[in-house]
Amino acid sequence: MSVPLLKIDQLAKSFKGLRAVDGVSIEVPEGKIYALIGPNGAGKTTIFNMIAGVFAPTEGQVLFGGQDITGLRPDQVCQAGIGRTFQVVKPFNDLSVLDNVLVGALRKTPHVDEAREAASTILKQLGLDGKSQQMATNLTLPERKRLEVARALATGPQLLLLDEVMAGLRPTETDEMVTFFRNLNKETGITILLIEHVMRAVMALSERVYVVNYGQLLSQGTPDEVVNDQAVLDCYLGEDAF
Amino acid sequence: MERIFGGVPKRALGLLGLMIASLIIAPAIVNAYVLSVILITLYFAYVGQAWNLMMGYAGQLSLGHTLYVGLGAYTSAALFVHFGISPLIGLFVGMAIAVAAGALIGSMAFRFGIGGVYFALLTIAFAEFTRILFEHFDWVGAMGGFFLPVENRDSSDFLNLRGGPVMFYYVILFLCFAALGVNQWLLRSRLGYYWMAIREDQEAAQAVGINTFRYKMIAVMISAAMTALGGVFIAFYYNNLFPADAFGMHRSIELILAPIIGGMGTLFGPILGAFILTPLGEGLTILMESMGVKAAGVKQLFYGVILLVIIRFVPGGVWPLISKKLGIDKRMKGKSE
Ligand SMILES: Nc1ncnc2c1ncn2[C@@H]1O[C@H](COP(=O)(O)OP(=O)(O)O)[C@@H](O)[C@H]1O
Ligand SMILES: [Mg+2]
Repeated sequence: MSVPLLKIDQLAKSFKGLRAVDGVSIEVPEGKIYALIGPNGAGKTTIFNMIAGVFAPTEGQVLFGGQDITGLRPDQVCQAGIGRTFQVVKPFNDLSVLDNVLVGALRKTPHVDEAREAASTILKQLGLDGKSQQMATNLTLPERKRLEVARALATGPQLLLLDEVMAGLRPTETDEMVTFFRNLNKETGITILLIEHVMRAVMALSERVYVVNYGQLLSQGTPDEVVNDQAVLDCYLGEDAF
Repeated sequence: MERIFGGVPKRALGLLGLMIASLIIAPAIVNAYVLSVILITLYFAYVGQAWNLMMGYAGQLSLGHTLYVGLGAYTSAALFVHFGISPLIGLFVGMAIAVAAGALIGSMAFRFGIGGVYFALLTIAFAEFTRILFEHFDWVGAMGGFFLPVENRDSSDFLNLRGGPVMFYYVILFLCFAALGVNQWLLRSRLGYYWMAIREDQEAAQAVGINTFRYKMIAVMISAAMTALGGVFIAFYYNNLFPADAFGMHRSIELILAPIIGGMGTLFGPILGAFILTPLGEGLTILMESMGVKAAGVKQLFYGVILLVIIRFVPGGVWPLISKKLGIDKRMKGKSE
């Protein structure tokens, strides 16, 4: 194997003494779908924020395609080829759904017309084309989650970071999303790292799972290995996760 | 041209054409006083549009915008009076100085993540600081004021912006609608979309690759340049400048009323707002004078009441309501057709 597309090395982040992330190392090879799971407050979103440049890590490194991107600004990380969604969705409320995605698509072209066309295509793929003229603020939460995905995808990333985009979806909707990401990965070769609580999505999508607890890696392996790991069952999955 | 007019409802273009046509023939119809009211309305419509780019579209609240008016005004007037340089050249110097001031404020604020209210306070501070500076700046008359020579008002000398009210009227009419066209063009470009994204959510804007610092700086600088041009106009129209007036806080407030009332973040809002507010304010002044009341603050009080009513009942401004009524509700708010 050549260098992994994403490699985070001994990443740590303290918030006023609280060690939210404490020496986590993860690798995601190009073209793969990997997952990051763990209980609430484990530090998963904080890991994403450090990769995406929202805050610089207290310690450790982020390598993307072998390049050190630690401490870059979020826009620079995006320009480097990493797209991300926000767990707490951040739509451009007073813009139409189409314009939300159009803004993302402007990373790849300075021409608004081309970006609009690219945005329409992506909205269609995500089943949001019927809503494209609505203001983003009028969407339901599941729709907003899909909008997050559409906007991030529109920037044309090599690596997509998905933060709980399937939370709150009905099972059939979850299955649609799973199919969508699987096809996307197959057709474009896009690499995905996803944070998810919905285990049926994690099991169906990811080749490898990292489990985080109290800011540290608790376990890692294939989905099957992880769900049979006693330590993981004790701290996180329990019986009611399925 | 396509980017300016393409997709705009025919009806909107028709109404706009009608409005511009009436304004063009107005000098032949209305008396000198009414013309002066329309002129000052157009001035507020113009500077309101300049401010609206920055606040309504890029979401950056400037409460010291008269700084740029004053810098444009004083620069072009000083160059004309001291060196005989035509304002048509002086305006570039005035705009450059205003852009530099905007860039200084912007870089201080945006570099250190100062936003919202704190940014607004910084803009006030700069305007006030500049006012005090100019009150001690003897080269342009300091506290005593700075005056342009008033010459033969019957012949128009456009190259030196010396002439009668009708000449000034056409100048500001042109500026006002040129600004509308330029804004529409800007807002339909990547720049406009990036501004709106920053206005809506900075973190999300950054996440889609937008260098928010750069685009906020561009917003401040374009807005400063446009506003300074308004300052050049007003200096040569009034022929006198006083620091307390050119840089005063009350001027900054006056400048932002029209876009707030008309609708921030809408293209036509500032123009509509000016056409509502200025004539009403003038009418009130006349009414008060005819009744023999001499209360200096009445107009300000009146503006305050209007502002309260608008913010309470139509917080988005009047334009969104009216455009719906006129059936041209394509919300020129950057919404795709
Ligand atoms: N910006 C922040 N400032 C202070 N504390 C934070 C911040 N972001 C996250 N935290 C804290 O870090 C810990 C991990 O949070 P988070 O990464 O959001 O967990 P997860 O996504 O796994 O649920 C939590 O205790 C949270 O309160
Ligand atoms: Mg989280």
